[in-house]
Amino acid sequence: MSVTMTEVADNPTSPIDRYLTAFDAMAKGSSDREPAWVLPLRKAGMARFAELGFPTTKQEDWRFTNVAPIAKLPYLPADGGNVTEDELAGFPFSKLEGSRLVFIDGVYSNELSRIEEQPEGVTVSNLATALNESSDLIEKHLAQYANDETATFAAMNTALFTDGMFINAPKGTIVERPIHAVFVSTAAEEGATTNVRNLVVADANSQLTLIESHVAQQDGAYFTNVVNEFSVGENAQVEHIKFQDESKKAFHMGALHAKLERTSNFTSHSIATGARISRNNLRTNLAGEGLVATLNGLYLTAGEQLADHHMVVDHAKPNCESHEYFNGILADKSKGVFHGRIHVHQEAQRTDAKQTNKNLLLSDDATVDTKPQLEIYADDVKCTHGATIGQMCDDAIFYLRARGIGVAKARQMLMHAFAGEIIDRIAYEPVREELDAIVWDRLETDLHLKDAEG
Amino acid sequence: MLEIKNLHAGVEDINILKGLDLSINPGEVHAIMGPNGSGKSTLASVLAGRDGYEATEGEVVYDGKDLLDMAPEERAREGVFLAFQYPVEIPGVNSTYFLKSALNEVRKHRGESELDAVDFLDFVKEKMELLELPENFMKRPVNDGFSGGEKKRNEIFQMAVLEPKLAILDETDSGLDIDALKTVANGVNKLKSENNAQLVITHYQRLLDYIVPDFVHVLFNGRIVKSGGKELALELEEKGYDWIINGELQPA
Repeated sequence: MSVTMTEVADNPTSPIDRYLTAFDAMAKGSSDREPAWVLPLRKAGMARFAELGFPTTKQEDWRFTNVAPIAKLPYLPADGGNVTEDELAGFPFSKLEGSRLVFIDGVYSNELSRIEEQPEGVTVSNLATALNESSDLIEKHLAQYANDETATFAAMNTALFTDGMFINAPKGTIVERPIHAVFVSTAAEEGATTNVRNLVVADANSQLTLIESHVAQQDGAYFTNVVNEFSVGENAQVEHIKFQDESKKAFHMGALHAKLERTSNFTSHSIATGARISRNNLRTNLAGEGLVATLNGLYLTAGEQLADHHMVVDHAKPNCESHEYFNGILADKSKGVFHGRIHVHQEAQRTDAKQTNKNLLLSDDATVDTKPQLEIYADDVKCTHGATIGQMCDDAIFYLRARGIGVAKARQMLMHAFAGEIIDRIAYEPVREELDAIVWDRLETDLHLKDAEG
Repeated sequence: MLEIKNLHAGVEDINILKGLDLSINPGEVHAIMGPNGSGKSTLASVLAGRDGYEATEGEVVYDGKDLLDMAPEERAREGVFLAFQYPVEIPGVNSTYFLKSALNEVRKHRGESELDAVDFLDFVKEKMELLELPENFMKRPVNDGFSGGEKKRNEIFQMAVLEPKLAILDETDSGLDIDALKTVANGVNKLKSENNAQLVITHYQRLLDYIVPDFVHVLFNGRIVKSGGKELALELEEKGYDWIINGELQPA
């Protein structure tokens, strides 16, 4: 691991000071670049971030995930490196049909992006452009959902975001072909930082499928801080698939804040394979009646990776369903963290909430901290949660071997099946199939199997 | 085909088999009977190579090779098949994928070409009918949510597909109603040939009404204490095990 732990000593300024310097540069160009209402948001974000600082393991929500290595990084605003069409074609999901928005180190690439003609009224754009073209609409939504006062990294993002995707499907529009946003990091330098901001506004009765992938060209210790905001209108249907495949030395802080209206159906899948330390803060606000919110996750870790999923599902209204299914496969000394809080407000009668977190440990040194949490203030609810941490079933391995299947293949089949429990939940078939192949491949080539042989 | 000599084996330092001898030739059906705790399932586990079952003395020669020296998957590829007493549920692993992988491992080992998905499904169709398996069977995960009878039929179906030289049926009759028992036994009988052998391990004589053995052996206290023809099974059914056991326990 090449992260220099002496960075703080080398650099006399505190971590926040480094970000303040970056913020000053960002603020200076704001009036030329974006509508006037953005800068006050950025300032508020910076002020909150400065006040909160980097979280420490003394805080309950960060007990198991130490972000000190991020705080110690230098701050280098990443700038657009060079990625060729051929290189892009080598990344997962590059052959999907539909529109593709490409960001290199957080900077939108016109050349590599491919935006198809959309149904009338639908906007598929990068946020920096859309801020000027759809200023009024964006002002109504930006930073309205990611407004949790304790969310340090979201505040940092609001202060410093450069770009991201902006999607708007107006009332009743059905976007049949998927939209894929690819974020490529080219950074080799330690501390190269991108703040990515995505905003998706799916109005009433609209339908969208979105793929968000984070991939790396080099094996750098860079830092990605991404915030997604979703506004899902009445009866709208949105499926979102996030594929976090950053460099194994990188740091990835992610957040998804979704406000869901009545009878909508929102599903977000979080697939985490990359980064040395990753965290995904998932916050869903079930703000209307009779809706279904589904959060799925799969994390595959090896080496000294840490993958953290931290979610809060807020049942504010009656007759809603929420489902969370998270599986992790952990090799070597890697670590998984799962925190799932389901909050059922007094008004939210007849809530049906299910949550499971299952973990497969492939080595004695791998660890998982899992913490389901129910806070229920209504009396007529159905809530279940469960967590398991275990090793691969010896009986199943013997059964497969007794049929002639070798031990490595047997283990791979069982791991694949375990991952498949999550992958199978992806509705959009081309992504489901490609992801299935990727995971099968990773389980074979990554450390997982070598580890399992031992 | 199989030569077991003075086999001592057990699990976690507990000796269960204490000097077992058994010889099986191609074309023969052998039944091993015995009361609970006599070592029947231990014998099946040792022959299949289950983890934790160690032989401490004696030898098992299969087709001229040291069987105990082989990994479980090598034994399977060499043609040893264990029909499990408790088939394992494997959620998420598709039956077609599982059995095609297994068959292709065996075929590779025999120097035969591997089958693709289409040829494989052709190949198994007839065998599914033999075991009266529903059409959607191959699409379901391995044993996942199967009834007891379905699991046992699945074992014999796998045996039909993999065409072993030596099949060991470990309490295949347990948990089966009479119709399922007939289906399973019928399957086993159809698979019998002059080139293969079957070792049927059972507590009750019932199964042997349908799978008629050439030889019956009584296992007690880790050793074969009596051998005979199929009529021995009937005698055991009538008189129980006590007459043999008591004879065995009397000082010589």
